[in-house]
Amino acid sequence: MSKPKVAFFDFTSCEGCQLNKLNLEDHLLDILEHIDIVEFREAMDDKADEYDISFIEGSISTPSCIARIHDIRRRSKILIALGACATQGGINAMKNLHPIEEVRETVYGDDKYLFPTLPAMPVSAIVKVDYEVNGCPMSTPEFLKVLKSLLAGQEPIKPDSAVCVECKLRENECLYDRGMVCLGPISKSGCGAICPSFGQFCTGCRGLVSNADKNAMIDILTSHGITLDEAKKRLLLFNSYDHSQSMPK
Amino acid sequence: MSKNLDINVHHLTRVEGHGNIVVNMRDGKLERAELHIVEAMRYFEAMMKGRSFHEAAIITSRICGICSLGHQMSSLKATEDALGIEISKQTLLLRKLLVHGATIQSNILHVYFLVAPDLLGAPSVFPLVPTHKDVILRALRMKRLANDIGDIISGRAVHPITPVPGGFTRIPTVGELKEIKRRLIEEGLPDVIETVKTVKAIADGIPNFVRETEYISLRNENEYALYDGDIYSSDTGVTDDHNYLEMTNEFVVPHSTSKHAKHNRTSYMVGALARWNNNYDLLTEISRNAAEELGLTPKCYNPYMNNVAQVVECAHCIEDSIKIIDELLADGLKDEKPNQTPTKYGQGVGATEVPRGILYHEYEYDRQGNIIKANCIIPTGQNLANIDDDMKKLVPEIINKPKKDIVKHLEMLVRAYDPCISCSVHMLNVEFINED
Repeated sequence: MSKPKVAFFDFTSCEGCQLNKLNLEDHLLDILEHIDIVEFREAMDDKADEYDISFIEGSISTPSCIARIHDIRRRSKILIALGACATQGGINAMKNLHPIEEVRETVYGDDKYLFPTLPAMPVSAIVKVDYEVNGCPMSTPEFLKVLKSLLAGQEPIKPDSAVCVECKLRENECLYDRGMVCLGPISKSGCGAICPSFGQFCTGCRGLVSNADKNAMIDILTSHGITLDEAKKRLLLFNSYDHSQSMPK
Repeated sequence: MSKNLDINVHHLTRVEGHGNIVVNMRDGKLERAELHIVEAMRYFEAMMKGRSFHEAAIITSRICGICSLGHQMSSLKATEDALGIEISKQTLLLRKLLVHGATIQSNILHVYFLVAPDLLGAPSVFPLVPTHKDVILRALRMKRLANDIGDIISGRAVHPITPVPGGFTRIPTVGELKEIKRRLIEEGLPDVIETVKTVKAIADGIPNFVRETEYISLRNENEYALYDGDIYSSDTGVTDDHNYLEMTNEFVVPHSTSKHAKHNRTSYMVGALARWNNNYDLLTEISRNAAEELGLTPKCYNPYMNNVAQVVECAHCIEDSIKIIDELLADGLKDEKPNQTPTKYGQGVGATEVPRGILYHEYEYDRQGNIIKANCIIPTGQNLANIDDDMKKLVPEIINKPKKDIVKHLEMLVRAYDPCISCSVHMLNVEFINED
């Protein structure tokens, strides 16, 4: 069997997810034995016509992004969204919370109409996405797991439990007991609770679990001393696209 | 010479993504030599409005995955300046160590994976894996070491976790620091010396092009300035970092979604070569030897030599990291909690040298500790006007070469500035119109 043709593409993003792949130093050469990387803009010149697996980083945020993602989808057998910008709009979608006119003016002043812009969207808002690797940046162990599952012809597992579950498994002291507030109770796990393990609150960068009770989460946050407005902002940091319309007033 | 030339290198680069090289010459007269930046806009300054000081560094880290540590450092410094928050010596040393790790990581990635294929005539690093396996393994080992500094001290090299206003959410253990030091000595130092030999062996391929320009970097009389210092211009000397807007003078040009900058001339350069030109007297011994070995002598006006300066900086950062760890261990690690009590609410500036040059953040906070106004000035944006000016001088000098060579020279020029990992390599779809 010939090696699958794999490509990596980036849209509106910081390219940290792609960097994380290059940071797989210990596995990089092994991976190359099992796949044929046919397109990877920041590492190589080559281009290809079609792909067995396409990995997409970044949000859709300009008219040209929409045309480009259609073209890539058409030529891809499997398409995978990598990281928060691609899976849920991520940080980029925070701009959607402000009037678009104000957003343009803040950055470009009188030249605001030189560059067309759209509200930031996840890839799935425009084309079908087959699998997602969550996180900001995407988790590299999870990326490897998804890639290995696909190479083995298996369906990758999609985690849908809360970060608190993994945090408890690591026997961390709860950040609420240390006087902090944290989005662990309703944020999607799969990261190994890396932020709480390093003493920092969970930001919900992997998106919220599918049955998230946002009202209860906001009650917890406000009962720990932060304002309702502040609590809503915390929840929307990485999740403005999916959840800004359904926040309690 | 009545030469017509049209070059359009589509989707080459950025600052995180997408740019084109556009050159037009008519009857021997250069009409246009520009780097067009077509990257999608992010609008961070707009997103930051109303966000808490606890979130500023978390958000701005996401401007650039490759410089995420640098963004956090500039962000934390701006916030601490605005809120009157002091940091401890331990915090300062740990931050310097993180900056070293990020600089080594980025410079190694650029020199080995993005520049070396040019010098060896390969389209990417991947075909070099079988032919140059030892060199690739060395590059990966150096990258891993640099990333481990980030992973261990900041939780994660890309979008670090532990650095927060006033300190760290977790302090590394003595054992972790000793292990990093051991690897810096046993792997880092020998590997960087071998790196110098490798680069020297292929340095013949570095184009010889000279254009003196204004060099702007941080400068600190006590050390080779990376984490901290005053702004220093090779034309006009020292400026306090609060006056950074006098240095950057950003302006919008239609051919770039990234703003341009200028100071004393039509353009200026930031990054490794600017730092070298302004601060070579403060480098550590091994790095000075590396510079000599690689023919990098002060002052150097060849922008292609930026890549050599990056190697020299790796040597400096490895050597200085060992000293920093020694100092931390000698002082004794303290389990400090971050100091997050503002003493004022106002405006503050943070300037840090990130791998691609000087990075400014400025914030203004209201009395709730929320951002009223934010401004970030990115190094690659500051270099764009300088790249255009380089191309305007370079194209007439190489106009009699075959077009393939002209394009390669231009691509290598842009890549030499290390505009961003993504930028550097995919200069494809080269289009010649009206071939003459």
